Amino acid sequence: MGMQNQRTIYGQTLVEMGREDKRIVVLEADLGKSTMTYLFQKEFPERYFEMGIAEANMASFAAGLSLTGKIVFINSFAVFVSGRAYDQIRQSIAIGKLNVKVIGSSYGLSDFGDGATHQSIEDIAIMRAIPNMTVLAPVDGTEAKKIIRSITEYKGPVYVRLNRNDMPDVIAKDWEFEIGKPYIAREGMDVAIFAHGLMVSKALRAAELMEKEGISVRVVNVSTLKPVNENAIKEMSEGVKGIVVAEEHSIIGGLASVVAYIMRGSELPIEVIGIEDVFGQSAESYQELLEYYGLTEKEISSAVKKIMGRSV
Amino acid sequence: MKQIIEELERKSKQLRLNIVEMIGYGKTGHLGGSCSIADVVAALYFYKMKHDPRNPQWEDRDRFLLSKGHSALVQYAALSDCGYFAKEELGKLKKLGSMLQGHPDMMKTPGIEANTGSLGQGLSIGCGIAAGARIDGKNYHVYCVVGDGEIAEGQIWEAAMAASFYKLDNLVVILDRNRIQATGAISERFDTNPLSEKWKAFGWYVIEIDGHDMKQIVEALDKADEVYGQPVIIVANTIKGKGVVFAEDTAVFHNGMMTQEQFEVAREGLQVKGIS
Repeated sequence: MGMQNQRTIYGQTLVEMGREDKRIVVLEADLGKSTMTYLFQKEFPERYFEMGIAEANMASFAAGLSLTGKIVFINSFAVFVSGRAYDQIRQSIAIGKLNVKVIGSSYGLSDFGDGATHQSIEDIAIMRAIPNMTVLAPVDGTEAKKIIRSITEYKGPVYVRLNRNDMPDVIAKDWEFEIGKPYIAREGMDVAIFAHGLMVSKALRAAELMEKEGISVRVVNVSTLKPVNENAIKEMSEGVKGIVVAEEHSIIGGLASVVAYIMRGSELPIEVIGIEDVFGQSAESYQELLEYYGLTEKEISSAVKKIMGRSV
Repeated sequence: MKQIIEELERKSKQLRLNIVEMIGYGKTGHLGGSCSIADVVAALYFYKMKHDPRNPQWEDRDRFLLSKGHSALVQYAALSDCGYFAKEELGKLKKLGSMLQGHPDMMKTPGIEANTGSLGQGLSIGCGIAAGARIDGKNYHVYCVVGDGEIAEGQIWEAAMAASFYKLDNLVVILDRNRIQATGAISERFDTNPLSEKWKAFGWYVIEIDGHDMKQIVEALDKADEVYGQPVIIVANTIKGKGVVFAEDTAVFHNGMMTQEQFEVAREGLQVKGIS
């Protein structure tokens, strides 16, 4: 499996699209070297606005630009753009369904060194709660590119969370992304795992481990967290003995909440692998944090076995 | 010019009457801040701005943003008078399903440019529109009304820095300095003064006027056209509730209701043809 960096691909894709479409405008809050929007700045300085360390103004400013027909990308770390600019995204952008793309970089624990203040564990919950918002979490570099291209065609506000670190390739190159369409990364019959972002590749590894134990696991990449295709989730849950949801996000308000809501009334057991209701912290590596917070193939495997009624 | 001024004064009186009637009949709405900015709004809609009520989305129109969105009544009165929608709509203010929401809503009301009213955001939106106009090589102006209580919001100053950094000289802010916020005198609560000095320090071209002197308003708006390389702010010294005797210079009618007797007094004081 190859590895790609979503941030780098995002920066490059912005430049490609900037060449094709003059309406694309990019706003940054002094993190351009990290979000990789500096690539766009180099080529299109007249369509790039350094907004300073002022996320609130950036979001409303973007609303204004979109009112003149621009397709506006605003950028910061996921924790800041979803937190500091929450009200501006709600009021200035979402009520008017304006064409602003909110890109949250370094989601989850992926900014491992910077600690709790910089790690976004609730961005999906925040953004999903806003009417008119579309919420996306690409699984790998390839999907990141497809998503960035796709949302440029879609008219309306979108939130996208991107990982800071290199991620294993998951989806097929010729997969056609559509907002709302889940992707079956692996077929299986006994247990369905719904995941997004890096946790999809963790789930795939868990599925391999389970195969050796005779358990067949389906892994579904739910990169659209809103609007979720409820029928697709139900169909992909048919015939299995239970569901595991795995996400690098708080257990409150993310995919676990989505799946539990969709499957309400169902008798299928649901297990959740996510960040408990706690903040992150600094560590020496991403992997160290993922292990500390239980976001590993081992934990996912345990959840699968629990559903299968076997000892963990 | 004298004739234009007189006509504008008549218009602003009529806007105030519309405001009073909306509140009197509808039993809802912010009187004080709507009346304090009525003269400026009249000058903008009936003198200064290029706009076309038959084509609210006309690309080259000047844009108006009411960042202090709770004063929407004055804008609704102006829009209906211009013909953006029927006068009868004024009677449905804030009623379920009405196009006239409690705060300006671009999705529901013709002539409204953005959703404003969560205070502190309209100026940033105005900056973005002004920046978009520049990218497109357009000559239109963006006019944005901000309150003197509203500028306690930190985002205002983020926008103030952005506007001067990007030299948005197609942006004109009118600061409605009525000196009273919802709970009372600004100077006794969270003093946002001094105003002109602050905006100057932030790189703005500042014009200070009597916000109820139509001649001064018109001259300031014209002067703003001649300022290049920096954004313009017109600090309009106003009186909250201006034109409604018992409501002037008090916080009671920030969003307080009139008695039937007060309603009659207010209407009488603003004798021009109304909405009903």
